[in-house]
Amino acid sequence: MSAPVATLSIRTPEGISFHLLLAGTVPRFLAWLVDALAAMMVGYVASLLALFFAIVDQSFASAVGVISYFVLSICYGIYFEWMWRGQTPGKRLLRLRVMDMHGLRLQFSQVAIRNLLRAVDVLPAFYVVGGAVSLINRHCQRLGDIAANTIVIRIPETIAPDIEDLAGSKYNSLRDYPHLEARLRQTVTPQEAALALDSLRRAKTLDNEERVRFFDDLAAYFQTIVEFPPEATEMIGAEQYIRNVVDVIYRPPKG
Amino acid sequence: MIIDLKKFTETERPYWIELEALLKKLEDNASARLSLDQLRRLHYLYERASAGLGKLMTFAVAPETRNYLEALVARAYAEVHDTRGQQHRLAFLTWFLHTFPQTFRKYIRAFALSCAVTIAGCVLGAILLAAFPENKSVLLPFSHLHGSPSERVANEQRNPGRIGGAEAQFSATLMTHNTRVSILTLSLGMTYGVGTVISLFYNGVILGAVCWDYITDGQTIFLLGWLLPHGVIEIPAILIAGQAGLLLASALIGWGKRASLRERLRAISNELLTLIGGVATLLVWAGLIEAFLSQRHEPEIPYVVKIGFGLVELLVLILFLAASGRAKEEAKAK
Repeated sequence: MSAPVATLSIRTPEGISFHLLLAGTVPRFLAWLVDALAAMMVGYVASLLALFFAIVDQSFASAVGVISYFVLSICYGIYFEWMWRGQTPGKRLLRLRVMDMHGLRLQFSQVAIRNLLRAVDVLPAFYVVGGAVSLINRHCQRLGDIAANTIVIRIPETIAPDIEDLAGSKYNSLRDYPHLEARLRQTVTPQEAALALDSLRRAKTLDNEERVRFFDDLAAYFQTIVEFPPEATEMIGAEQYIRNVVDVIYRPPKG
Repeated sequence: MIIDLKKFTETERPYWIELEALLKKLEDNASARLSLDQLRRLHYLYERASAGLGKLMTFAVAPETRNYLEALVARAYAEVHDTRGQQHRLAFLTWFLHTFPQTFRKYIRAFALSCAVTIAGCVLGAILLAAFPENKSVLLPFSHLHGSPSERVANEQRNPGRIGGAEAQFSATLMTHNTRVSILTLSLGMTYGVGTVISLFYNGVILGAVCWDYITDGQTIFLLGWLLPHGVIEIPAILIAGQAGLLLASALIGWGKRASLRERLRAISNELLTLIGGVATLLVWAGLIEAFLSQRHEPEIPYVVKIGFGLVELLVLILFLAASGRAKEEAKAK
């Protein structure tokens, strides 16, 4: 069984709730590693550029180097999170985003405070304080996030849904029995309907043997909910049977 | 009842895609502004997507469609429901000359506490050095302060321009180091102020010990000429960082306040930023002065000039923090 996913639920004034998936400590640490590497590379380039100032004065070149490193270490996170709406290159790579605790737009002060307070989260080294706090905090916030009222979320992959491929548009033998079809729609729970739909979506990820066994079991289960006559089911495989069930549930006859 | 998901998706999809396109436009350009018609359309599309999500939650479990719609509604919600003031481009001079001193005055009690903790540290530092002079190297973590002040003064006066040629680098190092210390002092406010108080107290101990060491060795004039030019800016800057840390701690603790923790923290976020921004600006000045003036002693620059310069700076700083932006503040209050 998989571990429960930490989420933050926000209820809108329209009475609709949506859930934000909270990012755990490990992906956040990985994103930080990517950002640290990126900042190091930029810092290296900046130090090379600072060498040009040595033509004017060696001390001035060193000063430019020291200030560039400082500005980079403080402003890297602030710049990217502000310009990229809560994302840095590391966060973008790991599909993470900083968000306001109430689901609203990030304000500049929030971005700046959560980044400035890294000074305490990073103590004594490698974000031990921040990591420990985010492990015990129910919203996985480090101290900077608590002060700034921000959370880090995982961005789920979202593609505008289309069930055309799943249900198919061929002849459906179950539709020859409208009373059983109606009973199936009436009896099946939303969870069972979702299970059938999801199993078709993920069918291609199973190997052949598993796929046959799984759909046999699932078809047997759906036949216990509403039993169709053998003529409707014997000429089709278990997977096609489930496809027909999904078609019946999600596409009721017109009129 | 289970909704006809295909029909539902077919009907709603064009609206979702339109909403996505509108949101992308806003997200790609932080300063993008929508016309009134576009705003009405955005609101309509958001409400339609919300209604779709509500329908889906009630009548069907279609995880992928639901996840998609949740993500879409979450993005649109941030745009539609954020009523907090839009941020304008920062006018640095107005901010530094008005907002910063106004914020400083607003939380003057936290500054007073910050001063009290530092002074307590100073007193203890002086007492400890007076009681245990043999442990000077433990009290003062900087090796150049371990020797006798008289010897240092004689050495500095024999070799003027000791850091000649490296002022820029020294100045940059001072600015960045002091700014880091200030940010840490502010951040330690998250330990309910304990860390901030310890940081301020420790700074006070070092300052008190140094002052005691130089004064008892008869080097008061050198000490004033060395510390005043940059110290009158640097020390108040660190104290203001402490003020910000204590302000953060007070929002965390929330004594006598009915607002929730989130509301309290949200209420001070801009002010924290203003204070630490002001501190950083002051420290840039202090860094320049420390590198280019404080480290030059007699006979290069007479002590009286350095002390006089430091006193003028202190006076300007007091006037600035006490009075700058007050007229605007009073006009606003009226």
